[in-house]
Amino acid sequence: MADRLGELARRFTGLLGSDSVITDPVRLRTYECDGLTVHRTTPGLVVLPTTAEQIAAVVTECVRTRTPYVARGSGTGLSGGALPRGDGVLIVTTRMRRVLEIDVVGRRAVVEPGVTNLAITQAALPHGYYYAPDPSSQQVCSIGGNLAENSGGAHCLKYGFTVNHVLAAEIVTPDGEIVTLDALDPGYDLLGAFVGSEGTLGIATKTTVRLTRLPEKVKTLLAAFESTEAGGRAVSAVIGAGIVPAAIEMMDALAIEAAEASVRCEYPPGAGAVLIVELDGPEEEVAAEYAQVVDLCSEAFEIRIAADDVERAAIWKGRKSAFAAVGRISPAYIVQDGVVPRTALPEVLARIDALSAEYGCRVANVFHAGDGNLHPLVLFDDADPRAGARAEELSGAILDLCVRHGGSITGEHGVGVDKSRYMPRMFSEDDLDAMHRLRCAFDPWNLCNPGKIFPTPRLCGEVPGVRRGVHPLVASGEAELW
Amino acid sequence: MSGIDPELIDDCVHCGFCLPACPTYLLWGEEMDSPRGRINLMEQHVGGVPITPEMAGHFDACLGCMACVPVCPSGVRYDLLIEQTRAEVERSYRRPPWERALRTLVFHLFPYPRRLRLLRGPLRLYQHPGLRRRIRPLLPAPVAAMSELVPPIRPRIRLPRVVRARGERRAVVGMLTGCVQDAFFAEVNSATARVLAMEGCDVIIPGAQGCCGALSEHSGRAEEAARFSDRLGEVFTRAGVDAVVVNAAGCGSSLKEGSPLRERAAPLAFHDLTEFLMELGPRAERHPLPLSVAYHDACHLAHAQGITAQPRTLLRQIPGLTLREIPSGQTCCGSAGTYNLFQPDAARELGDLKAANVRSTGVDLLVSGNPGCSLQIASALSRAGVRLPVAHTAQVLDASLRGLSRKALRA
Repeated sequence: MADRLGELARRFTGLLGSDSVITDPVRLRTYECDGLTVHRTTPGLVVLPTTAEQIAAVVTECVRTRTPYVARGSGTGLSGGALPRGDGVLIVTTRMRRVLEIDVVGRRAVVEPGVTNLAITQAALPHGYYYAPDPSSQQVCSIGGNLAENSGGAHCLKYGFTVNHVLAAEIVTPDGEIVTLDALDPGYDLLGAFVGSEGTLGIATKTTVRLTRLPEKVKTLLAAFESTEAGGRAVSAVIGAGIVPAAIEMMDALAIEAAEASVRCEYPPGAGAVLIVELDGPEEEVAAEYAQVVDLCSEAFEIRIAADDVERAAIWKGRKSAFAAVGRISPAYIVQDGVVPRTALPEVLARIDALSAEYGCRVANVFHAGDGNLHPLVLFDDADPRAGARAEELSGAILDLCVRHGGSITGEHGVGVDKSRYMPRMFSEDDLDAMHRLRCAFDPWNLCNPGKIFPTPRLCGEVPGVRRGVHPLVASGEAELW
Repeated sequence: MSGIDPELIDDCVHCGFCLPACPTYLLWGEEMDSPRGRINLMEQHVGGVPITPEMAGHFDACLGCMACVPVCPSGVRYDLLIEQTRAEVERSYRRPPWERALRTLVFHLFPYPRRLRLLRGPLRLYQHPGLRRRIRPLLPAPVAAMSELVPPIRPRIRLPRVVRARGERRAVVGMLTGCVQDAFFAEVNSATARVLAMEGCDVIIPGAQGCCGALSEHSGRAEEAARFSDRLGEVFTRAGVDAVVVNAAGCGSSLKEGSPLRERAAPLAFHDLTEFLMELGPRAERHPLPLSVAYHDACHLAHAQGITAQPRTLLRQIPGLTLREIPSGQTCCGSAGTYNLFQPDAARELGDLKAANVRSTGVDLLVSGNPGCSLQIASALSRAGVRLPVAHTAQVLDASLRGLSRKALRA
């Protein structure tokens, strides 16, 4: 293995230049994990390409030598999706960060994969546009990673996820070919399959994203409730009234405590839960909906309205820094990501409370209440070796709870290595087989980000090739080949 | 035993929010040249990996600009971590001979105002264009880099020991004269003293202050730093002041930090000039200065001391002056104490980026609260062929208080 990596390092140095290939063990180790630190593997080799052609060349070499490879952007993922391989190559896109084009008339931007989510918005703002999906890590996370994870964010309730905003992507396929997948391509929705494939179907090298017109009016309010149940009822009432806020976010008392400790967001003291509701759109619509929302939040003991952008930013700051802020109140914690039907929110929250007491672990809740996407943060002390295992168990129990209520094991953080073992709780063997066959169609050698998503190592039994004879579905007249 | 506190390392949750704030990550896009990556390197060392030349290189490449500290949601004290790490590097890593030689030169020169002053003569000669052309190729690269930063040498100004308050006295303060400020920006010191006096302060300026220790402190030479700051503490205590005004960002931040080693400076309260003036409140009349200016945030003012509003407010109080913001203003200019001496290439790149951003504002004057930044940005601007004067906040205030014309600021 060392010989093979050594040979690859020499080849890559020739292709990319010596300052774009990392072989020193101390340096390699700084890439051992992404935003999820419980899984760590020092990569065998790191390359920092600057062009799609370089990535294609690297991938081609990896395929030739049957070396696994993993793509990584800013390394902020929370499911270990970019966890490197000790016997493989890590392809890091952080030097590909040019905004190539802002097309105001066509309302689109073309960017390299290392461009941060927020940088797209910053480039579009002077023209009155922005890039809508906004993960909390938006100032850091790269668009390449957003594509891989189909990243969401607070405002995805109204505007949709990454997949709804990607118009085309130039990718390097797992066999080293540069192709462009376009939403307008006829036939299979390959772009749809690619976005959210967690880096297993190729590496995005250039992305065309939709730009969204800045709303005429934005109104942000912060409502403080005695309990999460009361907050949950307000959420259901707002959505039930047919209002689609740009965002509707909840934080419970423990999450508020963390945010206060971190960014001094000064939310109303004594709140058992706060709701952040943001309305945007035409002025009249926002005004009408705002009156309705205030009405529906009748259980709130305090409602604050952001008077300007500075106050709006202050309200959001507490929410957006909440994950990392928990580091202030606990030595260690697990960020969980699960989804439940919105109507099940009060029941699930109460059950999480009970589980928390049962396991003796504190749980802070931060979530996208509007679409039922929970982010329970399970707090533990990593100095106690049993505490970690207990927290892990509790965290798994919460996912079971989500699935039992008809939800999902992940809303936006992805499966990665962290949740692959939970996949069978949600999907049947047949489901997993179908997904796996799709993966094999792209990557028959299982080299492109292997070991992610699927619970057990699977091999591509059926090597894709030219089908001999007519497909049974075509023969039966149920499908048409074109 | 490593001198790096593992608990401080544990605070990092690896979220990466520090990456976009880090100037070296901005330049190179590599994990190990980001705060998160450097903390990983510290963790490796604490875990038993000896400091390798590569590791030391990435620690040295850190500007110590502290831009990562305020943006960290987990409250990681990177400022303490990098300081402990630099001390650890000095303790347990042997640098190559030429690096050691350069460091010896720098640390035996810069913290000594008298030695710096001795250089003024030769430097003035060197600044003669003909001579410069001939000598520069003969100099070793780092020395040449240093010589490029030196501003035109102007006649020395001797400050009196005491400058009396104009009008009714509101306060008695000491004033730190600094090393670089004293040798190359004496006019900044005299402006500072005048502004304080015009605002009703008796200004005490003890002689033989020496260095405050910041340069050593920020380079992992804690004991040397303590020697300097102890001496400084004694000088001011003997002079009978308990509050000292500082007009250089790096010195102010280092003196405020304090350290268990540095007890004799501890009883004194150190204030940045702008912070002090804002607390005091304006009294003297501000005369109009029809100028558009951009204010440059020195890292050791903005990130380390949290001082961003005070200088801007003071500048806005001047009638006729318009203030513009520099794009990406929170990114370090590359000066960072000794950085532009030890890491000239990175410093140059950052300086060029800063110069381009400053230029884009189209202002008549750049204002900065730190001599290192002024040297660095002025030299980057002149490299880019931009003629834009650079002044210290104190000089702008001085011009307004005295009713001087904009020409006084060479704008």
